[in-house]
Amino acid sequence: MIATALTDLWYGFGVALEPHNLLWCFVGVLVGNMVGVLPGMGPVATISILLPLTFGMKPVAAILMLAGVYYGAQYGGAICSILLNLPCHPPHAVTCLDGYPLTKQGKGGVALGITVIASFVGASFGITEMIFLAPVLVKVAMEFGPAEVCSLMLLGLLAGSTLAKGSPLKGMAMTVLGLLLGVVGTDLETGSMRFTFGMTQLSDGVEIIALALGLFGIAEFMNSINQTVSINTKYAKVRLRDLRPSKAELKQAFWPMIRGTFIGSLCALIPGTGPTIASFVSYATEKKISKTPERFGHGAIEGVACPEASTHSSVQGDFIPTMSLGIPGDTVMALLLGALIIQGIVPGPQLISQHPDVFWGLIASFWIGNILLVILNVPMIGIWVKLLSVPYKYLYPSAMFFVCIGVYAANNDMFQVGETLAIGIFGYILLRLDFHPAPILLGFVLGSRFEENFRRAMLIARGDLGVFVERPISAVFIGLCVLLIALQIYVWLRKPKFIPDTLDIDKKFKPVEEEPVGVPASRSAVAGPAE
Amino acid sequence: MVKFRRDYYAGGLMILIGVGAVFEASTYKQGTLMHMGPGFFPVALGCVLTLLGMMIAGVAVGSTPEGDERIIPENPQWVGWACIIGSPLAFMILGTYFGMIPATFGCVFVAALGDRTSTWLGSFILAACVTTFGVLLFSYLLQVPFPLLRWGSP
Repeated sequence: MIATALTDLWYGFGVALEPHNLLWCFVGVLVGNMVGVLPGMGPVATISILLPLTFGMKPVAAILMLAGVYYGAQYGGAICSILLNLPCHPPHAVTCLDGYPLTKQGKGGVALGITVIASFVGASFGITEMIFLAPVLVKVAMEFGPAEVCSLMLLGLLAGSTLAKGSPLKGMAMTVLGLLLGVVGTDLETGSMRFTFGMTQLSDGVEIIALALGLFGIAEFMNSINQTVSINTKYAKVRLRDLRPSKAELKQAFWPMIRGTFIGSLCALIPGTGPTIASFVSYATEKKISKTPERFGHGAIEGVACPEASTHSSVQGDFIPTMSLGIPGDTVMALLLGALIIQGIVPGPQLISQHPDVFWGLIASFWIGNILLVILNVPMIGIWVKLLSVPYKYLYPSAMFFVCIGVYAANNDMFQVGETLAIGIFGYILLRLDFHPAPILLGFVLGSRFEENFRRAMLIARGDLGVFVERPISAVFIGLCVLLIALQIYVWLRKPKFIPDTLDIDKKFKPVEEEPVGVPASRSAVAGPAE
Repeated sequence: MVKFRRDYYAGGLMILIGVGAVFEASTYKQGTLMHMGPGFFPVALGCVLTLLGMMIAGVAVGSTPEGDERIIPENPQWVGWACIIGSPLAFMILGTYFGMIPATFGCVFVAALGDRTSTWLGSFILAACVTTFGVLLFSYLLQVPFPLLRWGSP
């Protein structure tokens, strides 16, 4: 098994090292790193903007670039949180706790250096996990009938909506809303129009780019306009030689790094728990087992190494269910699946055998991309730091243009721009009502396949709903769904007494999600653990 | 007096969408569970969404409010919001009748005015820069079929 994996990987490197693939991978990580640093721009918005540009590219190059944006942004996000105390990207919110105090002590460079090392270790482990686990998962999943696929999707959707931020009920409502949006357009089996309200432009369904850019572009801009404050770059002066950590610091960070990696890869395997939860859990664990927990929050190097390693290992691990089962774990994965579908590639267990170049090329490109990122980050740190001070008032108008032209260029259709705007306004209303729109995209991407499999399962079972619990594998998934709901009810009932440590931190960070660059939130991030 | 809470609106909105979906989808063919018609799945989803909406509002009745309950934020940014909504509108109108250059310029210019500290001149310069860059990138490099300048309806 190891031998075949290595041959496949070798083949993947061959694909990823083809000059044009390498070039697009480089472009991806560069853009990702840049938007990771820019306060107020997230990987989701960036990937959606870039999505229409990939239509003319080959599938491999397109997916390498988009994936590169995602993990590149994780590197950039760490710079932002360590040097400026701005948790622009949720997974890095926890890095602020110890990263910023280190910066204030003049050791920001060391923290960044450790971050780069920890990220690379975490990512490498995540990739290795994917190489060996994905084929096994595929082998199991190949045996699935429509009933199993259906209950697996149900589990994925449920996990994605209940374990994400905010109230699980609201998350579930958002998922169902996403599924409903996925229904819009022509019914695949009968060809009749659904929810088009006479608009012929909607007969192909809601455009995924319009949905993503409306929810994560326009709605986000409306949320953060005039909420920004001048950024304090007083401490953000880092030179190249500051990056090298001392031997003692490396030693201090080594085990936390390994533990973080491990926790991150575990979190990646549970559907719905992405890098954000992984980083919080690992930080809390590290603090608990540390002999000197009081140092945490005042510049402990472990507090930087551990969550960063765990974020990156989970980021890479997130690709496992997405690529092998076709079930995305979070918004970015949903977008990547959307990109695959646009390229005419059907996601699911058959992906690895039908498009080995996409799968193994992607894996190989992870490594290449991560090495590129280390190379990019070390000497160019000064440039990234300069980017930190690009004011939001220049950023969002430019981004608005990219949103408009991106949506327009997807189909050369002005209607899509209006569609995006309408979704954006609706998304902002949802944000104000304390809904987190991320599960909408999950539901939307899985919607049509979920319905298709459900119909097929019912046809085979002659309309007997019992099929979902009679078939053993399907029954396991349904059982897990029930368990998940029961757990949520339990947590909800015990809420006043039972708030685990990690959830507690999570709560304090909640405002960060709503205002990506708001300062009150980051202030509470510093004040939080000191209490 | 019962104060109206944010979650009442949140649940209400979901009920509204759910009931609306059921009404609209019930005009499609339903079919049987074995041979589902196009209306079956959306009706089911609409029912689930309505139920979830009721639960969201119901849970809010029993709990004490925590944190910010305002629907409109503390310092509403009417100008900012109007500019962000106006920006794609400008892009659509100018793009349909006058082409890509005016559309890009208008889109960025209107959006830039939304910032509290923005000036007419600053917005103008930003819009001009983005337009130059955007035309180079999208029109010459990526060959997006969008005429740079045109007159009247397409």
